[in-house]
Amino acid sequence: MTTAPTSSIKETARPDALTAQSGASNGDVSDYIALLKPRVMSLVVFTALVGMVVAHANVHPVIAIASLLMIAVGAGASGCLNMWWDADIDARMTRTARRPIPAGRIAPDEALSFGLTLSVGSVLVLGLAANWFAAAFLAFTIVFYVAVYTMGLKRSTPQNIVIGGAAGAFPPMIGQAAVSGAVGLETLVLFLIIFLWTPPHFWALALVKADDYARAGVPMLPNVAGPDATRRQILLYTALLAPCGLAPAFLGFGGLAYAVVATLGGASMTALAIQVFRRRAGEPAIRAAQHLFGFSILYLFLLFAVLLAEHGLGLWRPVAGWWA
Amino acid sequence: MVGVSREPVDPRVGLTPDDVRRRRSRSIAIAVALGVLVVLFYAVTVVKLGPQILNRPM
Repeated sequence: MTTAPTSSIKETARPDALTAQSGASNGDVSDYIALLKPRVMSLVVFTALVGMVVAHANVHPVIAIASLLMIAVGAGASGCLNMWWDADIDARMTRTARRPIPAGRIAPDEALSFGLTLSVGSVLVLGLAANWFAAAFLAFTIVFYVAVYTMGLKRSTPQNIVIGGAAGAFPPMIGQAAVSGAVGLETLVLFLIIFLWTPPHFWALALVKADDYARAGVPMLPNVAGPDATRRQILLYTALLAPCGLAPAFLGFGGLAYAVVATLGGASMTALAIQVFRRRAGEPAIRAAQHLFGFSILYLFLLFAVLLAEHGLGLWRPVAGWWA
Repeated sequence: MVGVSREPVDPRVGLTPDDVRRRRSRSIAIAVALGVLVVLFYAVTVVKLGPQILNRPM
């Protein structure tokens, strides 16, 4: 008897069982790109670039580009290892069932090798091109995302995305570390903004996709504490996020345009979170959560895009603070 | 290992034209990635060493 095809996935299989399957994949190049979660990568590149720009460090553009590329590769490697470990969950969720591993286009052990190779390679090249502090920070972020969030928190606690969200918030700090060799107050504030943004963003999605997460056995907050408790938490985190979003303006490295965008964006986020809190049943509740989820992406993008324009294009105009 | 054949075979045996196309696209992607790495290492080396790049006493 011959063994089963290498790329088949049993619905109940655990990742360590999946890795036992070996052999060559026959995925297309697009499948390997999909393993790197290109949309997450683009967000990481964008926020890391803003971290580099606000640092105003005197670094050669080639080193900055190489660093940015390695941060992107490191983020992609994290996504790849996340997909390797979560293949069993992904197979049960409609949103993720067509990903390369659960769809059987790439063998799990090949994804593991791909992710590990890119992880080690990105850290080493960042260390050689920029500095070893940034490289260590990138390595820590990869380990945090894969080992702490993916392997630990995601399946065990409804606070998974709160703590795990730190991994997605580190890139501006890594960007600053790559070009300046240190981490400053500017990127610490950017870290806080992304960190506080993550829970309302993902919990709004979880409210809509609660059945999907329940089917996969992922203890997201709506499934564990209930939708109402989730709505309270969304409101709480948004109430913290809106003023935190204004912090760059108060500290001075966010200029006049940033202050305007952060004020309007924060007010809109708060208004949408209140709608989510108030509309608790039926289609209006789903629409409110979808609106918050969609706007949260635009909000974060605008905050960072304005900072990029102010510092990268010289559009910065002072509001207040010591930074200048 | 009953039933598992390890005899060397022509790698193209059993591959459909679509399989061959995918393998070719993967090979091209690997070549491009290697090319990018070569350019990256060259550029970073030149930038980091600067004018000293040719100053190597025997």
